[in-house]
Amino acid sequence: MEFRTEKKRSERMKRNDNGILLRTDQLTKSFGGLTAVCRLNLRVHRGEISCLIGPNGAGKTTVFNVVTGIYRPDGGDVLFNGESISGKKPHQIVSKGIARTFQNIRLFSNMTCLENIMAGQHCRASAGVWSSVFGTSRQKEEEKRIRDVAESRLRLVGLWKFKDEPAKNIAYGSQRMLEIARALATQPKLLVLDEPSSGLNDRETEDLIDFLKSVLKEDLTIFIIEHDMKVVMEISDWVTVMDEGRKIAEGTPEEIYNNPVVIEAYLGKEEFSEEEGSYDGPAPC
Amino acid sequence: MEDKKTEESGRIPGSRKNAVFGIVILFAVFPFIAGDYYVDIGFFFGIYALLGLSLNIVLGEVGLFDLGHAGFYAIGAYTTAILNTQFGIPILVLLPVSALAASLFAYVVCSPIIHLKGDYLCIVTIGMGEIVRLALINNPFDLTGGPNGVFGIDFPSLGGLLVIDSSIEFYFLIWIVVALSIIGLLQLQQSRIGRAWNCIREDEVAAEANGIDVRSFKLLAFVLGAGLAGVAGNIYASKLMCVSPESFTFWESCLLFSIILIGGMGSIPGVLIGAAAISLFPEIFRPFAMFRMLVFGAVMILMMMFRPAGILPRKRGGMGFRPDHGNPVDDK
Ligand SMILES: Nc1ncnc2c1ncn2[C@@H]1O[C@H](COP(=O)(O)OP(=O)(O)O)[C@@H](O)[C@H]1O
Ligand SMILES: [Mg+2]
Repeated sequence: MEFRTEKKRSERMKRNDNGILLRTDQLTKSFGGLTAVCRLNLRVHRGEISCLIGPNGAGKTTVFNVVTGIYRPDGGDVLFNGESISGKKPHQIVSKGIARTFQNIRLFSNMTCLENIMAGQHCRASAGVWSSVFGTSRQKEEEKRIRDVAESRLRLVGLWKFKDEPAKNIAYGSQRMLEIARALATQPKLLVLDEPSSGLNDRETEDLIDFLKSVLKEDLTIFIIEHDMKVVMEISDWVTVMDEGRKIAEGTPEEIYNNPVVIEAYLGKEEFSEEEGSYDGPAPC
Repeated sequence: MEDKKTEESGRIPGSRKNAVFGIVILFAVFPFIAGDYYVDIGFFFGIYALLGLSLNIVLGEVGLFDLGHAGFYAIGAYTTAILNTQFGIPILVLLPVSALAASLFAYVVCSPIIHLKGDYLCIVTIGMGEIVRLALINNPFDLTGGPNGVFGIDFPSLGGLLVIDSSIEFYFLIWIVVALSIIGLLQLQQSRIGRAWNCIREDEVAAEANGIDVRSFKLLAFVLGAGLAGVAGNIYASKLMCVSPESFTFWESCLLFSIILIGGMGSIPGVLIGAAAISLFPEIFRPFAMFRMLVFGAVMILMMMFRPAGILPRKRGGMGFRPDHGNPVDDK
């Protein structure tokens, strides 16, 4: 197993509060009687790839939905760059610099690949109705800029050849990349990806990992839900583990990899019950 | 009208350019060779085209089921009728006033309902359209003349210089307005605004998650759509010289809805086809008037079966997109 953080240990020692880009503080979200996320504290450090892992139904997607404004939290707070963003609408959060993808790909299926990415630039543009109707020079310039950014993003993910193809017509793996490219077109500081490797084959997954590592260079932080442990260990600098709505562990990949509590949560108690530090599931919320 | 259309077609690829040019010529020549009766049919074709364009913003571009669109049309028509007959304000001055009145009405009425999804919004808009009609029948403040409506509306005129009172002049008035609207709407389709609308239609959650203020852009669609319907109302009122509630029934809203379904959601050429079908079809089949509804229903069912996307669905990607500059350096 390859661990990414070995090389960066010295850097990690320097982690302090200034380096935190996203933080949740006692975040709680329930649906009726079910508490999907319970008093969750997690942090995402600037310039790193952080992973959120946990068994199915642990509440990972719900955390993402609260962070990106799709759900309003029932308690607690979300701080982005030190500023509270909980209760803001999704589009406002996007302009603040958080972009996301969905677990089940959500593209604008009948629009072309290029248009999909151009939509990502929406929040970085301002042309109104009248300047669009009359095609003012400022609007034309802006439109050209939107297109330039979109084209460069489309090339970045290697989908240029599909630029005029409706998004629904391209392969599943390409759709995933297109969705990521669309998120990148919003010029985010934090890219939030919900299970980006699900449904991808091994080669596509490798490409995805390389791609994510490469975009990290441009002043970007990535927060990712991932179920594939191999991917998690390979790309993350920091891992947070959830089970039944609570955080049960956090740390570097190798710490998590060797943490009996985590192993139990994933594999079930029976096999590990005799070991020290036995874990009986999270306390009821 | 001709100038504007050819200017527009500068952005459209060759074969289309010729087609657009041909259609413009046809429309310009038609009233000089046809009799007044047919010119009037052409006029109502124009009214339906304008109404179709206005509903297309809401239903076609954004995918909001608006089955009360005749309500906005009524607000425009009655604004013109009342302000003209009571205060003698010229019709052409009332054209923007009617648009604003309908827009304002849409803003006020739609603000609280804009978050409703699909069918729910549909039902509420039906209610809205019906409330407008019933309010007009109830003759509030003695302004709307109850079921009889308002009579004696002036013709549009420019201070005695130009009086629009013949069929042919009305024909050109409506089609110039339609042409200008088409140019503006084509511009919008290729802009940030049009894309945002389409994104909302495709996937509201994804649109919002990509930075589009879904609520505002839906409201904008209603406000603009209502404004255009208000313009149609203004021209309609001065053409007929009277307005009455029976012109703005639920059935009228259904007709407008089917213009979009026939033509293709979000397709401007489709709107023209749809409007032609709605306004010309009854004339062509006048001898079989009693079967009109039957045929209409059958056609709608066949459409849904064989061309669910409409007769002329919008083509994306080609039109308006700038050609590859230089040789496209493909992926790396
Ligand atoms: N919109 C919702 N309404 C009701 N329950 C929900 C909703 N979204 C998620 N849940 C529930 O919350 C729990 C956590 O779900 P989720 O966050 O999707 O888990 P994960 O992404 O970790 O697999 C699950 O039990 C799920 O059924
Ligand atoms: Mg999930």
